Amino acid sequence: MSLARAESRRLIKRRFTKVLLIGLLLVLAAVFAGSWFTSEKVGPSQIAAAKAEADGYYQEALRTAATDKQQCLAAAGTPQAANWPANCDELYTPTREDYDYRWYMPATFDLREDFRNMISVFAVVLAAVAFLIGASFVGAEWNSGGMMNLLLWRPQRTRVLGTKLIVFLSWLVGVSVLLGAVWAGLFRVLAEARGTTDKMTSGVWQSFGLMGLRGLGLIVAAGALGFALASLGRHTGMALGALVALGAVQIGVYVMAGLAGFKYPDLLFTPFWIFAVLYKEWVATDYTSCDYSSVAGCRPDTFTMTWQAGSIGVAAVAVLVVAAALWTMRKRDIT
Amino acid sequence: MTAVLEISGLRKTYRSRKGVRNALDGFDMVVEAGQVHGFLGPNGSGKTTTLRTLLGLIKPNDGRMAILGREVPRHLPEVAREVGAIVESPQFFGNFTAEATLSLLADAGGVNRNRVYSVLDLVGLRDRAKERVKTYSLGMKQRLAVASALLKEPKLLILDEPANGLDPGGIREMRTLMRDLSDSGMTVLLSSHILGEIQLICDSVTIISAGRRVTSGSVSSVLAQHTSGAVKVRLEPGVDLMSAAQLLRAAGAQVDMAADHFTVGNASNPAQITKLLADRQIYVTELTPVAADLEDVFLELTGTAPVEGHTRQVDESALTAGQSKGGWGQ
Repeated sequence: MSLARAESRRLIKRRFTKVLLIGLLLVLAAVFAGSWFTSEKVGPSQIAAAKAEADGYYQEALRTAATDKQQCLAAAGTPQAANWPANCDELYTPTREDYDYRWYMPATFDLREDFRNMISVFAVVLAAVAFLIGASFVGAEWNSGGMMNLLLWRPQRTRVLGTKLIVFLSWLVGVSVLLGAVWAGLFRVLAEARGTTDKMTSGVWQSFGLMGLRGLGLIVAAGALGFALASLGRHTGMALGALVALGAVQIGVYVMAGLAGFKYPDLLFTPFWIFAVLYKEWVATDYTSCDYSSVAGCRPDTFTMTWQAGSIGVAAVAVLVVAAALWTMRKRDIT
Repeated sequence: MTAVLEISGLRKTYRSRKGVRNALDGFDMVVEAGQVHGFLGPNGSGKTTTLRTLLGLIKPNDGRMAILGREVPRHLPEVAREVGAIVESPQFFGNFTAEATLSLLADAGGVNRNRVYSVLDLVGLRDRAKERVKTYSLGMKQRLAVASALLKEPKLLILDEPANGLDPGGIREMRTLMRDLSDSGMTVLLSSHILGEIQLICDSVTIISAGRRVTSGSVSSVLAQHTSGAVKVRLEPGVDLMSAAQLLRAAGAQVDMAADHFTVGNASNPAQITKLLADRQIYVTELTPVAADLEDVFLELTGTAPVEGHTRQVDESALTAGQSKGGWGQ
């Protein structure tokens, strides 16, 4: 218990933790401010203005079509006739449906439709911060010699590293839940003040909650991965280097799989796993299988990666790397 | 006396593409309770490997170690509370203050945080406790390291080069601190290259070379075992030193001339000198043994004395334990 208390204090006292948390808050604040200033409450006056604008464009299109028809008729029997169809009645005449007034409405934040993307932004930004804080929390300890000092006090390697990891992940979950609640509250306020909360049922909120939980899983996995990679390399920079290397390998595998004729290279690319976790599925498409038919159209083969499959992939990578970090902590000499 | 620290047959082998290197090759050491024990050896001889192995940072290939009567590393978690240690250069997280560093260690080790200021006071850092460690000089970091080792009120204190980076005043303070701690009943294992300090502070020593113990025992007994057997001879004023020296050389003595005296290097029986000279009416006014100091013993045992025209490599040291030298006049 005393070790957990010491590690909690150490984590919160670290300047890097404070700086990254402030950076995180600034990024989230910028996203929120951007949404706030680009969203506008829609009322009868905005609808009337949109309808008027749509009608204006429609009338202008009609005038242009009429002018075109006159020019077409005038060109008959002259060399200019080649620029027009033989039958000038075939020229397209715009309809009112082509100018739907909704396309001319100001941007408005629809909580039901748009908050999912905000949950994704929140999860991805927090996952990046979690990776960095996790890597630095243990990497700086190795690099500065603090880990060796700690082991002189508590010569229980697995316990020391495990306690550090548990303390960090617990803190991460706490911060994520707290910020997530604030995030949801802010966007509800935004929707009420400058957007819409139409069709918001308890089921929609439940769906947001489940998406938030999947996002939390990603954040925890990213934190654990950063922590474990830095512990394996015994340096914060090793985690970042490993991430860059893994990214390069991922792109290489993705490209090579495509060239080698693998049917769904998307399945080997972890960003799509993350997409599947957040948005419940990722549909991988084999465009080479598309056999175009004028009757049936183009219907390529697809494979749907479910959020369960994506979650298992992300969790397996995190668990494997953490297990490797704990094993090397136990086995390797500390010099 | 009871042994606080026992090591026997300790082996540690490092394997790499360049081959196999025995960092510790059957090393033995015993430290008795309440003593200040010096642990000496040239660079790369295995001192730090021994301390790291003892403290569970390195896994040995073979051998037995016990601290306070309990086998380690098996029982290290239980005895760690009784052992304060610094290994090699002091290493702390630079952005924390000294106070935060020690209070975090106190929390981790289940020690009362109230001890932080008393140990900082003990090493002279109380007034700088609120400053970040990265602003500290090497000597101040060294003091902080000693403070961290003392925080637990250990029964065994292991210090690797504690005087490293300290100014002369600091070295003297450290010496006094070691003695005071020893007087209070604490056992201190002190690794250092400042042999004069070791000779002044320590009750006993172990010297390691090439991963093996080359000698051990009380400082006085180690010095006595490896005394040079040389004596300084001064004669009455006006006597021809050269002819007296020739006389002794003719009898087999190794004589080194100086301006107003000479030294007989292998005088295991100094009475022979006075007898030989007196027979020729040459009278001795001073006949004093040339005492060996720890540095001489160290250089002799480890084979690391500088040789003119030869640059010694760090792994070049010798195992000369047990060698005895015959002397002239026996």
